[in-house]
Amino acid sequence: MNWITNYVRPTINSLFSRRDVPENLWTKCDECGTMLFHRELSDNLNVCTNCGHHMAITPRARFHSLFDGGIFTEVAVPAPLADPLHFRDQKKYPDRMKAALKSTGEAEAMLVAEGEMGRTPIVAAAQDFSFMGGSMGMYVGNAIIAAAERAVALGRPLILFSAAGGARMQEGILSLMQMPRTTVAVEMLKEAGLPYIVVLTHPTTGGVTASYAMLGDVHIAEPNALICFAGPRVIEQTIREKLPEGFQRAEYLLDHGMLDRVTPRTEMRDELITITRMLMGLTPAVKGDLPAPQDAPAVEPPPADAP
Amino acid sequence: MNYLEFEKPLAEIEGKAEELRALARQNEEMDVEKEAAALDRKAADLLKDLYKDLSAWRKCQVARHPDRPHCKDYIDALFTEYTPLAGDRNFADDHAVMGGLARLDDRPVMVIGHEKGNDTKSRIERNFGMARPEGYRKAIRLMEMADKFNIPVITLVDTPGAFPGKGAEERGQSEAIARSTQKCLEIGVPLISVIIGEGGSGGAVAFATANKVAMLEHSVYSVISPEGCASILWKDAEKMREAAEALRLTAQDLQKLGVIDRIIKEPLGGAQRDSKTAIDNVGQTITALLAELSEQDRTALIQNRRKKFLQMGTKGLAA
Ligand SMILES: [Zn+2]
Repeated sequence: MNWITNYVRPTINSLFSRRDVPENLWTKCDECGTMLFHRELSDNLNVCTNCGHHMAITPRARFHSLFDGGIFTEVAVPAPLADPLHFRDQKKYPDRMKAALKSTGEAEAMLVAEGEMGRTPIVAAAQDFSFMGGSMGMYVGNAIIAAAERAVALGRPLILFSAAGGARMQEGILSLMQMPRTTVAVEMLKEAGLPYIVVLTHPTTGGVTASYAMLGDVHIAEPNALICFAGPRVIEQTIREKLPEGFQRAEYLLDHGMLDRVTPRTEMRDELITITRMLMGLTPAVKGDLPAPQDAPAVEPPPADAP
Repeated sequence: MNYLEFEKPLAEIEGKAEELRALARQNEEMDVEKEAAALDRKAADLLKDLYKDLSAWRKCQVARHPDRPHCKDYIDALFTEYTPLAGDRNFADDHAVMGGLARLDDRPVMVIGHEKGNDTKSRIERNFGMARPEGYRKAIRLMEMADKFNIPVITLVDTPGAFPGKGAEERGQSEAIARSTQKCLEIGVPLISVIIGEGGSGGAVAFATANKVAMLEHSVYSVISPEGCASILWKDAEKMREAAEALRLTAQDLQKLGVIDRIIKEPLGGAQRDSKTAIDNVGQTITALLAELSEQDRTALIQNRRKKFLQMGTKGLAA
């Protein structure tokens, strides 16, 4: 790590302290059982230093490592109508939203930002699995449309990190309608001739996979990510047979032609820089942990209710 | 006649009338007509009553009724010169998806739809209307052809959902659905979609991202089946009635939400009681919508279709 790690990151880390620094300073890897010191784990982008297992990472933490100097500006997402169907199951939808808001400290399941990655201007969107399973509702649809519109306005590529259990059932048909809505966003990028790169992370399933997550110019997945339309349990119930080892995991999809690459999270940024710079016709990349650009945007993201 | 669970009282009355008439046929001295006619009137009243205000769950049952006219019935009755075009030029021909050239009032159209089958053999052959990637890729191919030759596309949606199978996943079910939706948004010809039975999730959207979406009065369109929703959110698949209600999957609610453009009236007792009337009504609606869209040029058709979806849902139930 160079000087920037010690200099810029600590100040920015304060922004994430509530979520990223657990009371418990140790996290147990679900895969190999190793106890990992939280600092070591977060420096390794939540990838187990022992076995390489990729744990969930929040959009903010991901952007922090993606953008030069950890600096990015949030792109405002138009707020959709809250609880459009007045949905109620065992709990009311607004109560589920409140609980998600409280536990994540985020407004919704997707974060959109603009900034530079290896001095390459980009717009990025990341889905937050910890917010109601990352589920795709009106907000996520609006976020992807806002991201595409911003990318087109600035002439930048869009990099989207997907993570979702599927559509948000509490928004009923309106969640389903995010499949065509987000596809319109993909069309905007396509017509503007701008790269759209999808990074599929664990898990990406259902209507999300069957719309914007499978329409990228380039599909890169994190190792062992579950990526599917119908989940393995549903399939096992339907066909009544055991599924093969590794079925619907990133490496399996790579073998079946659905992905371009499977890349560990720790190498993802460099790879994204290389690919986007080539697609944008830019000179070869300057890689590494770069300081913030000179005309750095504000560190503080705008409040969630900003216009 | 197949009766739904909530139609049981009706089945009893209609059964009794039928029995009486059967008795009279065997015994010429018996005069049962007066009594049987009274039962008929009673049955008619009950039918009207049952269908006056169907709950969301009952609509799901009607939408899935085995005697309800299916894609093939509509194609046979509404179009001439139907010429099926098979295959995705890649792997297979998916029999869950019908598609081909046809004429509607002499005008060439491309018709594409999910077919569920109507007996055990055809249901298995059609995979109960659950398409595999090849079905969506066939649809993409036909939409491209229609676009190239400036032929309007009509899709008939009737699927429980895309098939959740091993091979379907391996061959890219997600990608096929996503590309089909994308193709719907790209073609510069009128695209009209009618949900004739079940509009099951992504498998339906892939055909229904249309300039105009119409729904039969008792058809349903949903992000997930009520049973699936109940087992996830209520942790009890038996709560499907509540889930159906909460999901707002009826044509009436979907029109309020601005998701569909038109509701097509069904005969009393549902399309399954009088297929001909239901099919005629669908035909009239398609003709009318096609006339409306024929005034738009290629650019307008594409732009208006996109705008419609971008704006969708912004007003909630007040749309
Ligand atoms: Zn581990």
